[in-house]
Amino acid sequence: MTANVWKVQVAVGDTVQEGDTVVILEAMKMEIPVEAEDAGTVAEIRCAEGGAVEEGDVLLVLE
Amino acid sequence: MSIRRVLVANRGEIAVRVIRACRTLGLETVAVHSDADADAVFVRLADRSVRLGPPPPAESYLRLDAVLDAARQTGADAIHPGYGFLSERPELAEACDAAGIAFVGPPASAMRLLGSKLAARELAIGHGVPVAPGSGPVRDVAAARQAARELGYPLIVKPSAGGGGIGMKVLEGDDDVEAAVTSAMKAAAAAFGDDTLYVERYVRAPRHVEVQLLCDAHGGRVHLGERECSIQRRHQKLLEESPSPAVWPELRARMGDAALRLAAAAGYVNAGTAEFMLDGEEFYFLEVNARLQVEHPVTEAVTGIDIVAAQLAVAAGEPLRITQEDVRLEGHAIEFRINAENAAKRFLPSPKAVTAWEPPTGEGVRLDSGVEAGSAVPPFYDSLLAKLVVHGPDRATAIERAAEALAAFHVEGPVTTIPYHRAVLESDDFRAGRLSTHFVDEHPELRERAAELLA
Repeated sequence: MTANVWKVQVAVGDTVQEGDTVVILEAMKMEIPVEAEDAGTVAEIRCAEGGAVEEGDVLLVLE
Repeated sequence: MSIRRVLVANRGEIAVRVIRACRTLGLETVAVHSDADADAVFVRLADRSVRLGPPPPAESYLRLDAVLDAARQTGADAIHPGYGFLSERPELAEACDAAGIAFVGPPASAMRLLGSKLAARELAIGHGVPVAPGSGPVRDVAAARQAARELGYPLIVKPSAGGGGIGMKVLEGDDDVEAAVTSAMKAAAAAFGDDTLYVERYVRAPRHVEVQLLCDAHGGRVHLGERECSIQRRHQKLLEESPSPAVWPELRARMGDAALRLAAAAGYVNAGTAEFMLDGEEFYFLEVNARLQVEHPVTEAVTGIDIVAAQLAVAAGEPLRITQEDVRLEGHAIEFRINAENAAKRFLPSPKAVTAWEPPTGEGVRLDSGVEAGSAVPPFYDSLLAKLVVHGPDRATAIERAAEALAAFHVEGPVTTIPYHRAVLESDDFRAGRLSTHFVDEHPELRERAAELLA
């Protein structure tokens, strides 16, 4: 699935809990919240607001 | 004004629907399209087509200048806007008037008046159309608190320029006001460029029932009965039926009269829909949708009236050929929106190319589709692929026919809402007609059942 990155809700260094919404994608006029699969610290953000992503792409890296 | 060549300023199933109606009437058609839709069914069906621009709507289907250029270039003498995109932009109606092109929709003045929910509410109150108790314009937290003291909780905050559920928040008590009003103002400003809000008494479990209107430019007005559209997710309808299981003839007449009074007061011409909340025997005006609606086919099925053909006749200046006495509702019709969405995964979109598309046939079955086997499903537009409309002599028969039709509908590629609709038809509450706008949320088991049917 191709989607646009609508909002990145975290910054590098932020701590997140499992289930926190970290990125909001947009496709077919719908918002698709992406939740953290684990708790951790945001080490790297690999997508940018306004950019397009494909199914399977890594959006951000948690440590 | 006679119409010979119609430009259809839309895409997908509704563009196909309008092109087919034009063809039946012997009118030529012009499709306009983005790069993502160059090979789409509606482009192929039209007599001519014009490229508007790149895939994002803002660079293609929302470009008023490009649509008007395409009309001039191809000598189109009418523009049908479908729904969404430019359909409720008064600027398009005005530009058509200036260019001597017939706009297949209401006049810009009626659209402007009804586009403001507060103005439409005032109009309704002035013409004896019931509305939920509410406030005037709310532009800050203090005004919302003042309104809450007068009205009492629960309340709902809505943007005046609103639509699609954007910026709507429920207030249960004083503690909710500040956060809700601040976020609703922000959402309204971002979505509509206008942060004016109002608050209204919140009806906890209403049905969504709407009245289809047809008005000509000579004072002729009829209503075509109601549609029940309570089954929604994210304030977007999924399944619609006509008549409503909750409406009886006397209530239908009262709601129809209220809708007709509003249309007359707004100077409304062409097809439109007055939306209401229905709570037991009480109904409250919500808004007028100043355009053709997605769910118009259920009304066509029970009335036998082709609403798109009527729109084109009205746009050509013809009077309606029917009076209210001619309108009879026969049998029962249900529409199922076949969306590229996975109900089991919170209705997440599934924009994948259609690799197999085998729709059902049968008595009372109609399919309005924008796709076929091999069609691309671009992620840039809404998820509606097609609408399955099933008509029967009564609601129970329509349900049985629909269950068979949905079971026989074979699609590969995107995950669709077909299994969810099958689950809805199995539900006791649906079968008994026990509906409210919370139906989808209150029946999580239907999403699980849809996942089973999908497997």
